Amino acid sequence: MIRIPPAALIGLFFTGLYFFVAIFAPLIAPYSMTEIVGDVWEPSSSEHWLGTDNIGRDLLTRMIYGGRTTIFIATAATILSFSLGSILGFTAAVVGGWVDQAMSRFVDLIMSIPTLIFALVVLSVMPVTLFMLIMVMGLLDSTRVYRLARAVAVDINVMDFVEAAKLRGEGRRWIIFREILPNALSPLVAEMGLRFIFAVLFVSTLSFLGLGVQPPNADWGGIVKENKDGIVYGIPAALVPAVAIATLAISVNLVADWVLNRTTSLKGGRG
Amino acid sequence: MSDKLLKVENLKIGARIYPPGEKPRNIDIVHGVSFELEKGKVLGLIGESGAGKSTIGLASMAYGRGGVEITGGKVWVNGREILGTNLKDLRKLRGTEVTYVSQSAAASFNPAKKIMEQVIEASLHQGKFSKKEAEARAVELFTKLGLPDPENIGDRYPHQVSGGQLQRCMTALALCPEPDLVVFDEPTTALDVTTQIDVLMAIKDAIRDTGVAALYITHDLAVVAQVSDEIMVLRMGDMVEHGTTDQIINNPVEEYTRDLVSVRSTQHDGKPPTDNPVLTVENVTARYKGTNFDVLHNVTMELHPGQTLAVVGESGSGKSTTARVITGLLPPREGKIHFDGRDLSSDLEGRSRDDLRELQMIYQMADVAMNPRQTVGTIIGRPLEFYFGMRGAEKKKRILELLEEIEMGPEFMDRYPAELSGGQKQRVCIARALAAKPKVIICDEVTSALDPLVADGILKLLENLQKIENVAYLFITHDLATVKAIADSIAVMYQGRVVRYGPKAEVLAPPFDDYTDLLLSSVPEMRLGWLEEVVQSRKMESAGN
Amino acid sequence: MHPVLKLVAQRLALSTLLLLAASVLIFAGTTILPGDVAQNILGQSATPESLANLRKELGMDQPATTRYFNWLFGALQGDLGTALTNGRDIVDSLGGRLKNTLFLAFWAAVVAVPLAIFLGLLAVRYRERWPDKLISAVTLASISVPEFLIGYVLMYYIGVQLGWAPTVSTIYDSMSLGEKLGAIALPVTVLTMVVLAHMMRMTRAAILNVMQSAYIETAELKGLTSFQVIARHAFPNAIAPVVNVVMLNLAYLVVGVVVVEVVFVYPGMGQYLVDHVAKRDVPVVQACGLIFAAVYIGLNMVADIVSILANPRLRHPK
Repeated sequence: MIRIPPAALIGLFFTGLYFFVAIFAPLIAPYSMTEIVGDVWEPSSSEHWLGTDNIGRDLLTRMIYGGRTTIFIATAATILSFSLGSILGFTAAVVGGWVDQAMSRFVDLIMSIPTLIFALVVLSVMPVTLFMLIMVMGLLDSTRVYRLARAVAVDINVMDFVEAAKLRGEGRRWIIFREILPNALSPLVAEMGLRFIFAVLFVSTLSFLGLGVQPPNADWGGIVKENKDGIVYGIPAALVPAVAIATLAISVNLVADWVLNRTTSLKGGRG
Repeated sequence: MSDKLLKVENLKIGARIYPPGEKPRNIDIVHGVSFELEKGKVLGLIGESGAGKSTIGLASMAYGRGGVEITGGKVWVNGREILGTNLKDLRKLRGTEVTYVSQSAAASFNPAKKIMEQVIEASLHQGKFSKKEAEARAVELFTKLGLPDPENIGDRYPHQVSGGQLQRCMTALALCPEPDLVVFDEPTTALDVTTQIDVLMAIKDAIRDTGVAALYITHDLAVVAQVSDEIMVLRMGDMVEHGTTDQIINNPVEEYTRDLVSVRSTQHDGKPPTDNPVLTVENVTARYKGTNFDVLHNVTMELHPGQTLAVVGESGSGKSTTARVITGLLPPREGKIHFDGRDLSSDLEGRSRDDLRELQMIYQMADVAMNPRQTVGTIIGRPLEFYFGMRGAEKKKRILELLEEIEMGPEFMDRYPAELSGGQKQRVCIARALAAKPKVIICDEVTSALDPLVADGILKLLENLQKIENVAYLFITHDLATVKAIADSIAVMYQGRVVRYGPKAEVLAPPFDDYTDLLLSSVPEMRLGWLEEVVQSRKMESAGN
Repeated sequence: MHPVLKLVAQRLALSTLLLLAASVLIFAGTTILPGDVAQNILGQSATPESLANLRKELGMDQPATTRYFNWLFGALQGDLGTALTNGRDIVDSLGGRLKNTLFLAFWAAVVAVPLAIFLGLLAVRYRERWPDKLISAVTLASISVPEFLIGYVLMYYIGVQLGWAPTVSTIYDSMSLGEKLGAIALPVTVLTMVVLAHMMRMTRAAILNVMQSAYIETAELKGLTSFQVIARHAFPNAIAPVVNVVMLNLAYLVVGVVVVEVVFVYPGMGQYLVDHVAKRDVPVVQACGLIFAAVYIGLNMVADIVSILANPRLRHPK
């Protein structure tokens, strides 16, 4: 029986809840995404738990669909950055030589420009579609995964047990998948949580700046943008999606922390 | 009571450890140790790793390292009780009455400050000397400790002097404020054997000349026998035996002490070489990629079937590089490797599966030589599967046979490396090498990381296995006692060259070349007065020249 | 040549090279990608002739490499071209905004850096006790929160509910320093909170690393007081890692500025960049991207150089 610390339990609960709502959004949402159901910025009531938004749409419904969009984009971008970054990182570490040099210097170059600025530059000429957003975010973020995966793999690659496998005559496949990967898994899994959070924050930021998900569709960042003008009139509608982003990010972080602690404690043990 | 400089009574020490992913818990390191030390005397504390010897040493300064805490007992220094006194009095004690010399001077000197500044810091801080007086005393100590250019060495930064010199500077640092007691914590362990002897003599002279008392902590009984008046043997936080150095070395009472004293006395009669060597290294010259100097020059040696060739030398002598060339990890610039009557390809890719199988390797650090995510069964089973295509019951049967050969039970099959002791880990590595049915095993410092008794067990095991399996060992080591215990022939390496080579009896018999002489005479012997004899004979030699 | 000078020169050369490569990347990102600037400006209904004319006007008929070098040499001489949207000279429009952005970032750094170092020291002093745990909990929370959330929460509670600070940070040249500081109080607070957590955590790690060295133990065993141990032995060795931490976080601040400027409608470069990305005004985006990249690369370079200068092994070679 695994003992789960309370912090991780809270994290697991909220992460699960958000993903559940995202997947079953159409079944859960009380109204339709674009339907105008009331006045502008109505306060919360029994019909509209979170009130209405800047043009009178149900805010809870917008939040549920917005969460679906945010989580979808972030998940897709994370999967992209992760698979690309870790495969290239491992390859660079094991193959070494000029392949490693060329890839690593290119990654250095991409990372010499702040990610947000780079994304803005690219999005200034590209059509802003869901596919484009996922590609841009996933590709830019894969540089970080690449660096981590390569560093971890380089560390493991110089261990005597890998040398022993090479001296035994094992092929590259065995070395990557049987010797290196099992030992690289725990830092990579924890990193996956962080990359997901980064993707959530990143897509929210882009949408908030008006360069992400385009209206009438909206993710959480977009909902903040739609309702931000209310703030100065004392209407806190814009804070609702912002709080949702923060709780999702914190929950995932708690889970990632727990996974990392758990797996490092098993270092060299059953796993 | 007044002539007792240090008195320790029923000392108990514990520590709080933080295993990752588990609740922190308290463990006991030392359970009730008592001893006394008179002014000007040297007490040696000896034991394996985990015996609690360093912890006891630091307790005489009322200091606990990391999470270590003194949980019970009393300690008096100069008649004053020091445990539980306030920090201000303790600081006074630490700077002036008791000082400390650590194992790694390189880490214990602040890299950003000059040596002199650090050596005199405690004296100035405690107001013992003026700056001028302290500096004069430091130079005097530098001279006494045999440091080159004693007037100016203090102006250098720690990284600008060698390891052996820095260790002597650390001794000067400890002696500068004229303390009553110095705690030496493994001061020569990190040094090469030929450097160790000089530092050891310098420390011994300094202790004698200044009349300071000392606690000398080490795992090497032969070393401590040279410098101390009394010896206390510790094991797992308990005192095993305490007596005069003469009694402990020549007349040990406890069985554990007897084992420690006799540990290096294993002898092995060298076998004569056969006609056909199984492995020949012929005129090998090699350098590392991206460098422009050779680390091996014209290395030639032969290994005969079922025999052991010991390759001995200090750090940087090229002995491990020789192993890398033989295994194909570092293709040589010139020269050849012959194996069992055929030429071996110089790089790994060009070797056949049989070439790889018949030449196995065992490493110094067993913990990193095994994949922590594989069980013992998987680790030993992989070569069986890979080279012989064994599966299922057949493989399991063979794994169990191999476990029996390394004197471990079948229950170890499902364990992970982290669950094994240091000696057990090394045994599993031996089994993995044997599983391939090799003709030659390269053993790279396989006993250096182990405690003496455990190392002894591994050596005996290797010797037995050699008789059963008729396997030849290329045994790389810096430790001449190990060489005497296992070798049939010996190659002495120095600065990338083989300086002496032949059957054991010849290599270890005079007349010697200069380096072999220096190396052989530097190995501490388990008897009193050895250090003085060596130093005396060296002085006479240099006077004769 | 002294090895330190050589290393510093190497870093300088490397950074210049990196900036050059970054400029290629920025230019390529806005040119080679399939988007069409002329189409974007004139819209879907443009006639082929007007598109061709505009392309010619923009120099799009020339090969990309020629345009890149024209752009680069222009930039080196202080000419970043003209904005497509209003035809104004970019350098003129950028100058004041860059000054405003640096003003904002400067004051955020003035508040954040000492605070972060102080709190980092506090966390080290009370390691594994409640102040340390509180600090790491706040860190966890703050790296999970987007900048604009902090911005709007502060704006809502402090700006609107309490009315202590203006919710929109407009500044003019004619304002006094006090007035300007009042106007940017909220954005400075947000930026401080954004970088504080990271800086604190990294400072804590850097100092702990030094405090766990064997030479600190040596100093303690010499009977020095805690203050002397820290001042004489820990501090000289901790400067380099801490300065490194500060520089890396200032680089991060440069990016945080973009979002915060939009939240508080602050007339800085971030706001300018975001506006023109939406309008697809490529020359402005290129210019802003280049300047942001230059600042970012520059700060990273300073961090590197400080580590080199502070390393005694390099300063005093054998």
